[in-house]
Amino acid sequence: MVPRKHKGLLYNVWRWRAFFVLMLPAIVVLLINNYIPMLGAVIAFKNIKYSYPGFIRNLLESPWVGFRNFEFLFKSGSSWLITRNTLLYNFTFMVIGTILAVFFAIMINEVTNKRVAKVYQNIIFLPYFISYVGIASCVYAFLSYDSGLVNRTILPMLGLEPVDWYSQPKYWPLILNVVCQWKWAGYNSVMYLAAISGIDQTYYEAAIIDGASHWQRIRYITLPMLKPFIIIINLLALGRIFYSDFGLFFQTTMNSGMLYPSTIVIDTYVYNAMATTGDFGMSAAAGLYQALIGFVLVLSANSLVRKISPDNAIF
Amino acid sequence: MKKKYSAALDRSPPWARRVTHVLFAFVCVACLFPILLVFAISISDEATIAQHGYEIIPRMLSSRSYEYVLSDFQQIMRGYMVSITITVIGTVLGTLITAMIAYPLSRTDFPFRRHFTFFVAFTMLFNGGLVPWYLVYVKMLGAKNTIIPLIMPLLINGFNVIILRTFISANIHPAIIESAIIDGAGELQIFFKMVLPLSVTGLAAVALLVSLNYWNDWYNALLFIDTKKLFPLQFLMYRVNISIQVLNTSSFIPDAAANARTRLPNETARMAMSILGIGPIVLAYPFLQKYFVRGLTLGSVKG
Repeated sequence: MVPRKHKGLLYNVWRWRAFFVLMLPAIVVLLINNYIPMLGAVIAFKNIKYSYPGFIRNLLESPWVGFRNFEFLFKSGSSWLITRNTLLYNFTFMVIGTILAVFFAIMINEVTNKRVAKVYQNIIFLPYFISYVGIASCVYAFLSYDSGLVNRTILPMLGLEPVDWYSQPKYWPLILNVVCQWKWAGYNSVMYLAAISGIDQTYYEAAIIDGASHWQRIRYITLPMLKPFIIIINLLALGRIFYSDFGLFFQTTMNSGMLYPSTIVIDTYVYNAMATTGDFGMSAAAGLYQALIGFVLVLSANSLVRKISPDNAIF
Repeated sequence: MKKKYSAALDRSPPWARRVTHVLFAFVCVACLFPILLVFAISISDEATIAQHGYEIIPRMLSSRSYEYVLSDFQQIMRGYMVSITITVIGTVLGTLITAMIAYPLSRTDFPFRRHFTFFVAFTMLFNGGLVPWYLVYVKMLGAKNTIIPLIMPLLINGFNVIILRTFISANIHPAIIESAIIDGAGELQIFFKMVLPLSVTGLAAVALLVSLNYWNDWYNALLFIDTKKLFPLQFLMYRVNISIQVLNTSSFIPDAAANARTRLPNETARMAMSILGIGPIVLAYPFLQKYFVRGLTLGSVKG
């Protein structure tokens, strides 16, 4: 074959024109969806006005305000609240989620009747398919003040007074954790199950011959073999720790303002600031704060992943 | 291999097996109960609920909530139509353009491979945030209250591209492509006639993940849609959750005698609407789930 590397750029573009045609639609969509908004992040430093026709022109000609939008954000007191909530929720979701998923995966793997194991797996996977709107209805069926199952059946049985759940922030860290695990436990355990079935069976056979008990095999084979996988999944989650599952915080809380002290996260804050107060500058600042720290976290997480297992790094 | 270890060579002690089954019975109930509860409420009588609260076994059955919700049959049907339309268009287009960029990125002899991989991967690292993104759709594309923002945002994502790229390079040997080139096939011909048919498993997995995103989407409608004509099913459900008034229920005139005894079925109607929204996916679930599991493991074994 003729060596290609000595040919020029234009030659290569022409030589591979078919590939450019193939990639074109995806590139256009990514430009509109991802890249133009990245340029638009300058809104955080501007007092955006719509005096001109055309988005780009407005972007260029609106006056600069420096860091004033950020000043507002960090002085309003909400920056601490939304950061704290976002980090604490994601952290607890991650820790509890990993424990549950690994636990379920190992337990399902222990069920000897494979058909029964499939049934269990399918049932715990089901909630993943339900949208957060549907989940909000499920939660409401439990927590409605007048007729919810908790207030009408469970609390009276325990001899307790009914609680107005949708206006009491203190209960929501628990509620949101339960809902989050309910939705994701099955999905996550499928991934760990895949990893478990990838473990070389000869380890177990050798262990059985050596007389290892069930518990010992889980403790000394399954868990150590899963460890790199667990670390990688969690590092990747760590990179996303500034972002939240918007539906969880928006739908299940019914976006109730009274719950904000314990339920508002950066994502819902940015949405509310934009949609209800129309404060584009400050919500853009909050969004950029989120994106920048998120960017740094993803990069660090990825380089850590690459150190542990180059195969699993995203790039 | 696995069967040999778990079934033949060794069985756990009976008490351990019993504990496992009890545990899973409990977990399975916990997973199904909330959905069954919503269903039970939707078929309960509103007045009985006002008296006793929501219950998993309805004291008195009633179809009024469904009659009430379906009295605005047009709006519900439109919701289904919008959801089906965006799911079909989005899934087909999204999977196709994902494959169209994933394949070039899988070809090691494509000299711009690294650049475009970066172009895709960077979107997973950094974004402009909600505000600029919203303004691009509304101010630049003028796409408020059109179908565009219901479809375009979910069309392509970096992760799916990477998953599919990895799938293609693992499943299609370069030698096959080389021999096709020697036989005189063009690049496009190779893609459509060879790569796509050989990647059906990977494509199906991506298509399923994408279609679930479309079917369950309400967020894009929340941001961009005000006209009832374009409410997808999930968004309609959300609006009903906030206020039952969204449905145009004036055509439903409860008879006076019944009205004197009962309130309008607000609470139960809300749940009936939820069942209409959740129903299709739960019914399709038994048929789809094994492909989803395959899709997930495809992505996780080597992402």
